[in-house]
Parts: sequence; C-alpha cells; structure tokens
Amino acid sequence: MSVRVENLSVAYRSHRGDVTAVDDVSFALADGEIMGLAGESGSGKSTIGNALIYLDQRMKATGGTVTVDGRELPISDDRAMRPLRMTEVSLVPQYAMSALTPTRKIGKLITDLLKSHHVKDRDAVLTELRRRLALIGLTEEVLGKYSFELSGGMRQRVTIIMSTLLNPSLLIADEVTSALDVSTQRAVGEMLLEFRDRGYVKSAIAITHDLSILAQIADSIAIMYAGRLAERAPVATIVNEPLHPYTQALIASLPEVGVRHDQVTLTGIPGRPPSLVNPPAGCRFRDRCPFAFDKCLETPPFLQVRPGHSVACWKVSDSRAAVAGRPGQEQAV
Amino acid sequence: MSALPDTPTVTTVPVAPVTARKRSDFFYYGLRNKKLVFGLGLELLLVLLAIIGPMVAKYGPEAFTGAQLQHPGHTYWLGTDTLGHDIFSELVNGLRESYFVGALGAASASVVGMALGFAAGWRGGILDEVLQMVTNIIVMLPSLVLLVVIGSYLTSRSVLFEGVFIGLTTWPWVARAVRAQTFSLRSREFVEMAKLSGKRPVSIIVFDIAPNMASYLFLVIILLFGSSMLLAASYDFLGLGPTGTVSLGSMMNQAQNEAALLYHEWWWFIPPGAVLTAMVAALLVANVGLDEVFNPKLREQ
Amino acid sequence: MSTLIKFDQVSKLYPATSRAGGLTPALRKVSFELPPGEVISLIGESGSGKTTIGKVLLRLARPTSGTVTFGGKDITAYSQRGLRDYYRDVQGVFQDPFSSYNPIYRVDRVYDMVRGSYFPKVSDSEWSGRVEAALDSVALNPGDVLGKYPHQLSGGQQQRLLIARALLLEVKVLVADEIISMLDASTRVDVLNLLVKLKRQGLAILFITHDLSLGNYVSDRTIILRHGAIVEMGATEKIFANPRHEYTRMLLSAVPELHSKWQHSPLGPVAVAAPALALAPALAQASMLDELTHAEQVVKRDLRAVFGGARAVASGKSQVALALEPPQLREYEPDHLVADPE
Repeated sequence: MSVRVENLSVAYRSHRGDVTAVDDVSFALADGEIMGLAGESGSGKSTIGNALIYLDQRMKATGGTVTVDGRELPISDDRAMRPLRMTEVSLVPQYAMSALTPTRKIGKLITDLLKSHHVKDRDAVLTELRRRLALIGLTEEVLGKYSFELSGGMRQRVTIIMSTLLNPSLLIADEVTSALDVSTQRAVGEMLLEFRDRGYVKSAIAITHDLSILAQIADSIAIMYAGRLAERAPVATIVNEPLHPYTQALIASLPEVGVRHDQVTLTGIPGRPPSLVNPPAGCRFRDRCPFAFDKCLETPPFLQVRPGHSVACWKVSDSRAAVAGRPGQEQAV
Repeated sequence: MSALPDTPTVTTVPVAPVTARKRSDFFYYGLRNKKLVFGLGLELLLVLLAIIGPMVAKYGPEAFTGAQLQHPGHTYWLGTDTLGHDIFSELVNGLRESYFVGALGAASASVVGMALGFAAGWRGGILDEVLQMVTNIIVMLPSLVLLVVIGSYLTSRSVLFEGVFIGLTTWPWVARAVRAQTFSLRSREFVEMAKLSGKRPVSIIVFDIAPNMASYLFLVIILLFGSSMLLAASYDFLGLGPTGTVSLGSMMNQAQNEAALLYHEWWWFIPPGAVLTAMVAALLVANVGLDEVFNPKLREQ
Repeated sequence: MSTLIKFDQVSKLYPATSRAGGLTPALRKVSFELPPGEVISLIGESGSGKTTIGKVLLRLARPTSGTVTFGGKDITAYSQRGLRDYYRDVQGVFQDPFSSYNPIYRVDRVYDMVRGSYFPKVSDSEWSGRVEAALDSVALNPGDVLGKYPHQLSGGQQQRLLIARALLLEVKVLVADEIISMLDASTRVDVLNLLVKLKRQGLAILFITHDLSLGNYVSDRTIILRHGAIVEMGATEKIFANPRHEYTRMLLSAVPELHSKWQHSPLGPVAVAAPALALAPALAQASMLDELTHAEQVVKRDLRAVFGGARAVASGKSQVALALEPPQLREYEPDHLVADPE
C-alpha cells in the first residue's frame, strides 16, 4: 500500500468555535493509483489535501494517521514535514496559476527549489526537467520566461512539472483543471496520466468537484459530504452503480453532451449541506436524502459492501450482507 | 438504481444560525487590539484636555499675569514665560487651536480630494489625465514658499486661512488614494449591477463605491488629521501661523525666540512639543491598530 | 418571428496586454440574431470573445464597429433615459453570484434599486407581492432569503435571486454569462431547469458558457467562437450531431464525459490551446479598421515558442498571419453554418 490514511480528523479554529472540517476519514491508495476525491464546496476535500502536506496555523489534525510508503507522515509537525514536501508528498494547489512568483524567471524558481531541497546532482535533474518539458511540448525557452508571460494552461502545467520534479510518492492535485478551458483541461489531465504511467509520481489524489474529469483520469473515486466519506469505489462503479443516495443524486444531475432538456430532465438535490460548526447528529445527508429513515439519526459506519467498494449509509448496509472489514483493506481495482 | 424505498421520513434539522457579522467582528477585534485602544485612549484624553483645560485654567492665554519666568508651581501650574503668560493656559488653548486647524485642514483636504478622486477614478479618460497633472503640480509646489508669498500679501492671517491653506496643499494625497481605490472598485460586478439597475453615476459612487472604501477612507482621514496638525505646528513654529492666536507651534516659536532652551526654561518648550508629539503619535498608533482590525491578514493570531 | 436582438458585423478592439503590443481583436465582425423565446449558447474558450458579446449587449462595453439593434433600434445611441428603459427589457446575470451583491448591504437592496429606478410609484404591499411572485418562480422561499446578507446565502440562492430580479423587470432578453460554473453540482441543474422554464415562457436567453454539455442541454441554437470570430453556428442538434469545423470537433473531443474516455481526435492528441493572436504595434497606428482588413502581421517568435508548437499556419509559413477579417461562413445545411479554416 502506497498511501494509507486512517481515521483522519482535521479541525480549524474560527472565532465561532472549532469547526471539524474532516471527520474520521480513512482510505488507502495502491502504488500507481490515482484516486479522485470528489465533493461539493464545504465537503472537506481540500482540507484533506492540505492536511496531507501543510497544515497552516488555523488548522490542526485532531486525530488519525497518514502513512506513505510505510512511513508515517508527521503532518502536525511543520518542521519535520519540510524535507518530505516535494520529495515524498507534493501539492499542486488550487489556483496554481497564481502560485508562481511573478518576479522571478521560471528557471530561477526551479533552481531555487532544487537548492532548498539540497538536491545534489542538479545537472541530472535539470536534464530530466528538459525531457519532461519536451513531453508536454515546451522547450527550454520557458525557463527564461516570467510566469505572466505564459498562458493560464501553460502555467498550470509548469507548476505540475515543478511539483513532480523530485518524483514524489504522492501527488495531491487540488482542483487543477477547474479554471481551465476544455482543451487545456484535457492536456492537463493527460499530463497527469502520463506522469503516473512513467513513474514520475507513484500515486495521486485528484481533488475536484468535477466527476466527469475524474471519470477520465481516476482509477477510483472517494465521495465526500460534509466532512465525511460517503462512498469509495472504482470509477466505473461510481459512475454506473453508485450506492450512496448522495452519489446517485450527483450522477443524476450531470448534463452530458447529447442530452437535451426536451429529452431528459435532470434533477438537482434540494437543500444545502449542513453547517459544520454545529453538525446534525447521525448521517449528515439525512435531511436532503429521499431515503432517510429513523436509523439515520445514528451515524452510519463506513463499511465495505463489496471488495473495493465502501459506503456509509444505513439503507445500503442494512439491505446488503455487509462485509464488516477495515476500509483500508480494500484493494484498488 | 436500487429498489424503491419505503415512504421516507425526513427529519428536518435546524441549520446552525450564522451569528458572526461584520459589525460584531469589528468590535470584537477592535476592543482587543492594544494599539487601537492605546492610541484612541490617549487621543481622547488630549481632546478632553483641550475641551476642559481652557475652562479650568485660571488665566487667559494672553493675559499678562505679571510674574515672569516662574517655575511650575501652585499658582502657575506650568510656570510662565518671559511675558508673564501662564504656560498651562497657553498650552490648553493652543491645543484647542491645533485641533481646530488640524480638523479644518483635514476636512477641506478630504472634501476636495475625495470629490476629485472619485470623479477621476470613475470617469477615467481625459478627466483623469487632467487630475493627475494638477495633482503632480500641486505636489511639487513648495508649500512653505507659497505660504510665505501669500502671507506677505495679507495684513493678518486667520486660523481659517491656515486651515484652508493646509487643505488645499494636501488634498492631492487623498485624491490619489481615492482615485486608485475607485478605479479598482468600479469594475466590480456589483457596480455593473447598479448600472444595470439604471442608477446614475453619482448615486453609484456615493452608495456603492464609497461605502466599500469606508475603512480605507477612515484611515486616510485619520492620517490626514495628524499630518495637518503637524504641518500647522511647523508653520506656526516658523512664524507663519495665524496672527494673534496661541497655538502649540507658536509657543515653541516664542520659546525659540527667547532662547528658552539655552536658559533651561524647560517648562516652556517641553510641554508644547511633548503634547504635539503625543497628539500625532497616538493617531498613528491608533491607525496601525485600526488597519489590523480592518485587515484580518495583519492580525496576529 | 421578429428578432429582438441583432448583432451586425460587430467588432471590438482592445489595447493588447501581452508583450507583443498592439491591439487585440476581442470580436471580429460577429453577426447573429436572437428571436424571442430562443436560447442561444455562445460557446468558446478564454479569449474567444463570448463574454465581450455579453458585455456589448448589456451596454457595458462599446463595439468598435458594427451595430447592435434591439427591436430595430441601435443600442449604442441611447441616452441615459433610453438606457434605463433598455435595461427594463435586457438584463444580465454573471458568473460569480457573490460579487454581484454589494457585501455591505442586504440582498434586498438589489430589488430596492430596481424599485427605485423603475417602480417608484408602486405601493409597498403591491411590491412585496411582486417580489414574492418572482421568488416563487425561481423556487425560493422569501423567508429564507429576504433580509439576509449575501454571505449568509449559498451560491445557488444568490444566483436565483439575481434571476428573479430580472423577472421583476419582466425582461425580454437575459444574458447569462457562465452563471453555472461557480455553483455546486447539485444546484446547477436547478438553475438550468429554471432557464428552460423561463424560455418556454417567452424569454430570449444568451447563454454564455465554455461547457459544451450545458450548452447542449439547454439551448436551441449554438454559436461556437474562436478568437473573436464565429467558426460554427446553427441549430444545437445539428452542430452536436455533426460538427464540421475542426475547432468544434476538437472541443467536443476534449469534453470529459462520465461514460466514455477521451479518445484521440483524428487530428492527433490535443496539444495546447492556440495562441492569442495580436496585431503588431505598427498596424495599431492605423486608425481606420478598413486598412487593417487586408494586412498581415507577424506574431513574435517568442509567443510561438512559449505556447509550444501551436498549430501555427496551415500553409506552413513561418509566420502567423492575422487579419481582422473573420473566416467566411458557409451554409453546410439549413441552419448550420461553418466557417472556412483560418
């Protein structure tokens, strides 16, 4: 198992009190797996991404462990995490296009990066860099440019190259395709796949709200709702046979090319996600769920219902012979 | 999809009330900011002194009490000067004058600066170019020289004159700041919405743009107030202040002329300087604190 | 059917922001018509000009040349009074619902502004009745949304409030500029279905989006834009069933779908987006658009290198040529126009 997250909980401080943004989340990734972490705004998906690499002052991990390549990540210890960033775990943040310092040339940014990580054989790395740039159709000329001289999509891809230059075991890609045009989205998506195939990153977590992008690049998908995991399954299962009512509703609400309103009327999900300052008891999807019943006042456990497929829903686990196993034991398909 | 469900029973959960709002945020952080509390507190004390002082002072500021160069004591709380004026009385009256001129200068600079700044920021184009040119010219003018020249044509200078002069020479700074903010705010979507609602430009500036700059404007005006007072004191110190009135600057001017420093008459030149420093410094400290309150990123958690 | 809106050879030039200098043509002689009760999707990537068309239609930007008419009248000729009347018939909703509200006021203010400008004489009770009716048609509960501040509402609620505002004015044309993209998946569909409902009631909608699946779901006709020019235009069904222009096909092949993987288009793997083309400074001096029509310009070598092997020129010339003149549109079949390759 390349990456293992067990019972992770993250809270952040606000003057209204502590908000538990991530509540007891567990999942595992195999080597070479790209997992999509999907959810709407406020679901906690970005917080998980942050927790795995950099917890800022307002946030704190209130429980759980993260293990990468058999070694536990000291996520609460900023100092100890430093040498591991970019080498073990790397992040392509949201709005990566704005993440590049505009006052230095790209080439300089990269050499700074290498210096700060005490990379010994810089020349070898730079040769590799050129090779990777060529892979996405760029020449060395890019290194002499400032970030504002590049288009949004170009900056996004340069950022991905920088984040993966030191071959991290885990890449966290936070909404990397959101602000891009359709054609650039595809280019970036294919780039992630290519990098994974070539072993530049071992495994990746792609955080996004866009399920259709995940259908293209992910091997498995984990659906988050209000800080908890709702469902986790191989991508084909999530798309074709989702079990959790929330996942079902999400899939049903996605318009696809070829579908017109006079043929099919799509439906949304009424209501809003609950506030995490004072979350409701039991299943958090309860008051928007068409199948909710009285047992839902109790928090449903995240149980494996089939190999590789776990769901947190009473309706599902009651009506199936649920295999009560540790979620971490699922094999990625 | 799975089998049809039973009749669902959905229990509604009350959503947690959104309690925190901008105003309560402001007071919460405001009262906890040491700089703001200290600065405002000190300033308020001085203002109180300016208001109550002249009522309490035993003598008028211009009165010849007869006793010259008395050390501070029972009769003369801060002593007297070479002409027998009661220093304490001069001080508190001078404080009033300084506040008055400061306020007048800040007010006139604000009015002119904001009007022109909004106009230029909103319209852009030629109006903006012209304003920039005018601003640059005024900024470059040596105001001291101008004051001397104008002053030489006047038989007497009033407090009003000094205040307005300061206002007319410092408005460019306000105008620039307002223009820049207006520029960035006018392309915001809620401004477009206001346009799409058929509102006129003046209405949009007053009700949509200005309130969103309120915290910034507040800071600008506070700084302007401080610099006006300082500027007035400098003019007074050089003898270019209003004729016939006592102010902190004029006190220091007289002390200087009579070589108070040389004669160790500390009660004459230290109080006005100290009070002036306190007035301006308190404002600046409060300003920094206020900036921290308005801008959450500056707050140390 | 009488047309409400007509764009006739509309062009818009902006001073360029890139290092290449000169002017950037945001729109190049765009022409189309929008009749009542019809939804037209304007589809394009960034820099295509779709947002500019919306802004021009809303009189938030002026065209450099060409005319835009509403009911036969030139909209650029309106006075302040005429503009106010125009906004009774034509309104817009934008991408970021939160930014459309002034954060220091309650959301009711957007309605009060409308009331102040257009319905000053309406009584209080009559007005609240109308507001409630408008909120009802966008499936919002007045108690949930009125009297609140923008940050207390969700994106979907904010967006629907803004649509209800347009309904209060009883507009005939709505410009919806990327109104879905910032909403959560669960609310997107509700807003889309709302647009369909309004369309059936006679509202003409200009639906600006980069998302082809949304455009396909909701619109009657589609216009595909690239670099300010129309490359394909016609009935939505025809375009999506049989895209003729290579750009349209490229876009369609790049759309991520739930049930099928990206396939390599017959043109090869998708590289980068084509570079933004700009006219060089020398030509910017020319004041008359006509002089620019037949001119060609060189895009600097760095731009091409930076954008990495862009499909520069079909004919293999070493320089990229740009004329203000858009590619010619030809009829492929009734209600399906395709532009010549550029």
